[in-house]
Amino acid sequence: MAQAALALEDGTFFLGEAFGHRGTVTGEVCFNTSMTGYQEILTDPSYRGQILTMTAPQIGNYGINPQDVESSHLQMAGFVVREASRVASNFTATGTLDDYLKAAGVVGISGIDTRALVRQIRIQGAMTGVVSSEILHEEKLVQMAREAPKLVGRDLVQEVMPSEISQWDEPLASDGTPLRQPTEGGEFLPAPQHTGEKHVVALDYGMKWNIARHLVSQGCKVTVLPGNATANEVLHLKPDGVFLSNGPGDPEVVDYGVSTVRDLVGKVPIFGICLGHQLLAQACGAKTFKLKFGHRGANQPVLDLDTGRVEITSQNHGFAVEEETLPPTLEVTHRNLNDGTIEGIRHKTEAAASVQYHPEAAAGPHDSSPLFLRFREMLN
Amino acid sequence: MPRRDDLRTILLIGSGPIVIGQACEFDYSGTQACKALRDDGYRVVLVNSNPATIMTDPETADRTYIEPLTWQVLEKVIAEEKPDAVLPTLGGQTALNLAMDLEHHGVLKKYGVEMIGARAEAIQRGEDREQFKSTMEKIGLDTCRGRLVKSLEEAREILSEIGLPAVIRPSFTLGGSGSGIAYNREEFDQKVQRGLDLSPVSEVLVEESILGWKEYEMEVMRDADDNAVVICSIENFDPCGVHTGDSITVAPAMTLTDRQYQFMRDASFAVIRAIGVETGGSNIQFAVHPDTGRVIVIEMNPRVSRSSALASKATGFPIAKIAAKLAVGWRLHELANDITRKTKACFEPSIDYVVVKVPRFAFEKFPEADSRLSTQMKSVGETMAIGRTFKEAFQKALRGLEVGSFGFGCDGRDLWGTPTQPSIDDIRAKVARPDPDRVWFLRYAMLAGLSIEELHALTGIDRWFLDQLLQIVELEQRVRDAGSLQSVDDTTLRQAKQAGFSDRQLATLLGEVELDVRENRKSRGIVATFKAVDTCAAEFEAETPYYYSTWEDEDETPPKADGVKRVMILGGGPNRIGQGIEFDYCCCHASFALRELGIESVMVNSNPETVSTDYDTSDLLFFEPLTSEDVLNIADRINPDGVIVQLGGQTPLNLARALAAAGLPIIGTSVDTIEEAEDREKFRELLDRLNLKQPASGIARTLEQARKEVSRIGFPSLVRPSFVLGGRAMEICYDQSQFERFVAEAFIVAQGQPVLIDRFLEDATEVDVDCICDGTDVVVAGVMEHIEEAGVHSGDSACCIPPHNLSKQTVSEIKQAAVNLAKSLGVVGLMNVQFAVKREGSEDALYVIEVNPRASRTVPFVSKATGVPVAKIAVKVMVGETLPEQGVITDPIPSHVSVKESVFPFVKFAGVDIALGPEMRSTGEVMGVSDNFSLAFAKGQLAAGTVLPETGKIFLSVASPSAKKSMVDLARRLVKLGFELIATSGTAEALSQAGIEVETVKKLQEGHPNLIDHLIDGRVQLIFNTPRGKGARTDEGRIRAASVLYGVPCITTLPAAEACVRAMEALRSEPMRVQAMQDRFMAGTASIDR
Repeated sequence: MAQAALALEDGTFFLGEAFGHRGTVTGEVCFNTSMTGYQEILTDPSYRGQILTMTAPQIGNYGINPQDVESSHLQMAGFVVREASRVASNFTATGTLDDYLKAAGVVGISGIDTRALVRQIRIQGAMTGVVSSEILHEEKLVQMAREAPKLVGRDLVQEVMPSEISQWDEPLASDGTPLRQPTEGGEFLPAPQHTGEKHVVALDYGMKWNIARHLVSQGCKVTVLPGNATANEVLHLKPDGVFLSNGPGDPEVVDYGVSTVRDLVGKVPIFGICLGHQLLAQACGAKTFKLKFGHRGANQPVLDLDTGRVEITSQNHGFAVEEETLPPTLEVTHRNLNDGTIEGIRHKTEAAASVQYHPEAAAGPHDSSPLFLRFREMLN
Repeated sequence: MPRRDDLRTILLIGSGPIVIGQACEFDYSGTQACKALRDDGYRVVLVNSNPATIMTDPETADRTYIEPLTWQVLEKVIAEEKPDAVLPTLGGQTALNLAMDLEHHGVLKKYGVEMIGARAEAIQRGEDREQFKSTMEKIGLDTCRGRLVKSLEEAREILSEIGLPAVIRPSFTLGGSGSGIAYNREEFDQKVQRGLDLSPVSEVLVEESILGWKEYEMEVMRDADDNAVVICSIENFDPCGVHTGDSITVAPAMTLTDRQYQFMRDASFAVIRAIGVETGGSNIQFAVHPDTGRVIVIEMNPRVSRSSALASKATGFPIAKIAAKLAVGWRLHELANDITRKTKACFEPSIDYVVVKVPRFAFEKFPEADSRLSTQMKSVGETMAIGRTFKEAFQKALRGLEVGSFGFGCDGRDLWGTPTQPSIDDIRAKVARPDPDRVWFLRYAMLAGLSIEELHALTGIDRWFLDQLLQIVELEQRVRDAGSLQSVDDTTLRQAKQAGFSDRQLATLLGEVELDVRENRKSRGIVATFKAVDTCAAEFEAETPYYYSTWEDEDETPPKADGVKRVMILGGGPNRIGQGIEFDYCCCHASFALRELGIESVMVNSNPETVSTDYDTSDLLFFEPLTSEDVLNIADRINPDGVIVQLGGQTPLNLARALAAAGLPIIGTSVDTIEEAEDREKFRELLDRLNLKQPASGIARTLEQARKEVSRIGFPSLVRPSFVLGGRAMEICYDQSQFERFVAEAFIVAQGQPVLIDRFLEDATEVDVDCICDGTDVVVAGVMEHIEEAGVHSGDSACCIPPHNLSKQTVSEIKQAAVNLAKSLGVVGLMNVQFAVKREGSEDALYVIEVNPRASRTVPFVSKATGVPVAKIAVKVMVGETLPEQGVITDPIPSHVSVKESVFPFVKFAGVDIALGPEMRSTGEVMGVSDNFSLAFAKGQLAAGTVLPETGKIFLSVASPSAKKSMVDLARRLVKLGFELIATSGTAEALSQAGIEVETVKKLQEGHPNLIDHLIDGRVQLIFNTPRGKGARTDEGRIRAASVLYGVPCITTLPAAEACVRAMEALRSEPMRVQAMQDRFMAGTASIDR
């Protein structure tokens, strides 16, 4: 069994087994508490440059399949699990996790005390680290972890956004199974399908595909533009609404995004998710800050301040909007029940709203998918 | 929205006695609910017939009624207490059914009682098959395809929709007879036709078969604002076809993609909303086709269930507590998560470990029963284990089962490599048939080289689980190949421990002694580490110390605080017949007592159903198997100042010697004393010294010795293995041939321990005594006179406090004997003595049957009958507080009569003879309390489900000629009560001669109509049938078995028949009254004039 090692900048060191691609990578080490959905997580561009630990100990059980893919390729630098399944057991499976990581060049490590690692991150906060199946030397790796670039101040959007304009026309449920939603009356019926076409321009900072699928399923024509598009480029396409996507890295350095959004607010209805939310907030004058160890998982409770109801949400963010810096033009619409941080905002006078979490789920619960309907209704 | 202010008093219905399918989990949920509601300032009225529960402790509810669970009794309680609401969703199916009865009989309306948690319409929709199906259809969810048909033609039509295999179930046949699966068209036609013939209404249900589909459960909670969360998903290791209570189950679901999981989550919410369960928990079961992914809803429970208890223990999320809070109006996000204290209860637990539950069966007690597992639950208990991988949790669970295995094979029970190693054909046959032994054969199959694909085809078990098992087997081989302890490398050894291998297994594989393996691995730094169960996968800090062991880097056990003492309580493990909730009750009381004394309590147990494994019962909770290795590993970390082994039944006692040898401070009665009471020679000397008699007895290590002993002792004699609980393999032998048969069985069960042979005292009265001794003083807490004669296992007989027939002098002799025994043995804590009182001439002769210096099954009953917290007092004694220091000086004398009655699982084991004997077979108990014996006994019968008739026919049959005289007396009294009597020729003749009118009925071999025909036709309301010979193949045995099938009460001993007649007489003259326990003990204990 080939060995691999993981080291953190604070000197924490684990020796485990290598899986996936053999190599050495550095990045911010974070953890995700979702018990399912590793494939969606692996392909989520927001994890660009990160080393992710799954808290669920046995990963890879149901293998990988062609449907549960959230971008064109795996974005993560390293993947850490307690145990990687050597078999793939599911009727949808087309391969094993190990082969998937090998093919995608993602370095994996298994067989370590992932709970100890998670506790270390929780107590010390997010840290940079290194995973290697080539270098097992403790001091050397710790040194590498200390010298590795930090996440703060890095523009990773440039690395994941598309370079060209494109159209997205795939709706939800590409595998043929309709993704059904319980309606308010408790009935369990297919998700509402709008027929009236509205044109949405999605600014792609590393967009998860399921967002675009949701927009299409709401009856939108979706044009995807690179995240560095200007407001004029956007408006030139005469959209009925603009969507601001999720994306990796520090939101403060995505100044081109902020300025585009600033120019769009008031001109066209806007809806943002995750990084898109942080960009809208900044465009309106708020600031972002780095959370101690972020929110990553599929069980984060969010209170909708309008309805008083709670949504269990899928989240993946290391930064958040700072409450004290919120301008009077913005109001808080959603709040995290665990730590009280802002999870959603709305412009008081213009058609612009955003959420910090992921209503498109994939992976995660579908509680928040009505937000896409809300956006669709903003376009009327 | 906070709690409702319009409610003041809330009625909570318990689940009654422990039966198969309804065990301690409802004591756990009910207790949590009581605490939660009282914390909110509500007045809680509790009704439960089961005295062996924490919920019926006088401190748990405001008003506690230990009364039979019938809607009529509940109406009396409602009339008395005037509750504003009834909460029916926390007491299992029993409480739900009772609430529906109250609703249907207009009681709730009459007294203005609101049903909270779930309304009657919702319960109806969830429980009624047709309504459920149509509701599911309306919300677009699939259920099992199929419908009721009245003809073969109709059935064939459906076949084209559902395909083969198909399930055929005739309507209204008893015990599901005629049900089956058809795999081809010919079989289908045959079975449908046969079903139509068998069904009294010529109707069969034809459904698609979901055998072999993957089975899942979702534990869901919802609040009044329609916030809904999934607390836990559970995946069954055994595919559909085996009742989920009998399946090995795993949390969380292991083989679903997120897309598949989220579909099931959405569906669960849709179901709970459509059924209309407004607040609280529900359990929804799904089947998933392994190749197509088609999902169907199997059923939903609109209440807290056994699976919710498991989900609570698996995640740390207190479902029952939160369900109670939601029922009174709280919203999920207004309630705190008790584990983290900082976050809210409105979230979905994320777990960073794997949980495995394994059911425990008792087929050895019912050799005539079919051990094939199916859709009717047959297990009597369960054990749960937590590990960082499935492999680890699975092996821990198997050793936590306490069936002599220490993991997945490689232990004393392993047949592989022995002369009895099963053949490949045996293996194939065994793995294809789901039964309690299948799991062991999966390993043999892998050792024999069967592939995962082959095994999957044979069993339907998911390939991922099979691969996990294969990994265990591969590790086993790696360790074995290493040859010796010295040559096993650290990595292999650590990996084996991480995969759940016990030191015992490793010792077996390497030909070593267990303790040497332990020392060796410790010297290599391979030691157990403990991780917290925190609901959140370490995302937040956990405040509640709930731990499991694994073999990784970081240990999270809290260090011992300065000046604080730690005492470890060893629990009883999985429920089984002979060891169940009564011992858990004692362990919980140990925690409560230690808390009162400011000592840190550390609970160790592996039973997820119990109050003892609730996260706030003890200061520290270790969810671990009860083996000496697992206990020593915990002790290594927590350094206990004391270890209590006398409360958890036989499980901890069996570990006592090993733990003491390893240097653990066992507190209370010493291990030497415990063993002394079991040592026949020493015990005989002690009795001689105390001038006490004992039936002639002997001990044998070989068959030869046994024969010699029995010829000295004479017949009838009682044969049993030593060191087992619950009378396992205990039999009365009336002659040499019976002796030869039973002694052989006893040696097998004894597993190397000697076999005991006693003279059996016929027609003697058995008496149980529970006392507490601090080494100097003794308090006799309870003297219980058994109803059934000696020879019926004490756990199966009814008993009464205070004694109802014995003379004052005999009772005081009994007490004195118990006191002398406790003092002489040097007991510190609890002691139970069993006596037999035999009329010899005009004198009562007293015999000591056995002494057990430990908590007995009767401790909770004694506590409820006397109002004295027996277990708590005993624990305080163990940590050094004397009885006088506690102010416990005199024996309690109850002011009322309490009768304990046993409850049996015969209805689950069709065809089994129900005649009582020395082997215990009851699963639970109830208590009846009144001012006099007759009514207390009547209540006990009612509570146990024996509805004594008011009119109709009674069948009489008495075996022994000496008992005929008593039977004549009983018959006369029954006639006076207006009953008609029937009997077979012998008894009928005797009765006729005595001038009693009786109808003669044919014996079974005399043709028809015989008694069984009368039973089928509902023409017999009660049976008195005392055995001549036992066994399902005898006529009598068949009659008794039939009584279970047709629901006719059957009394199998003369003393019980006598008590029943007294009860029926009493019920004629006075009504049954209910009284709260708090009122009974309000005036303190007063003496009773008998």
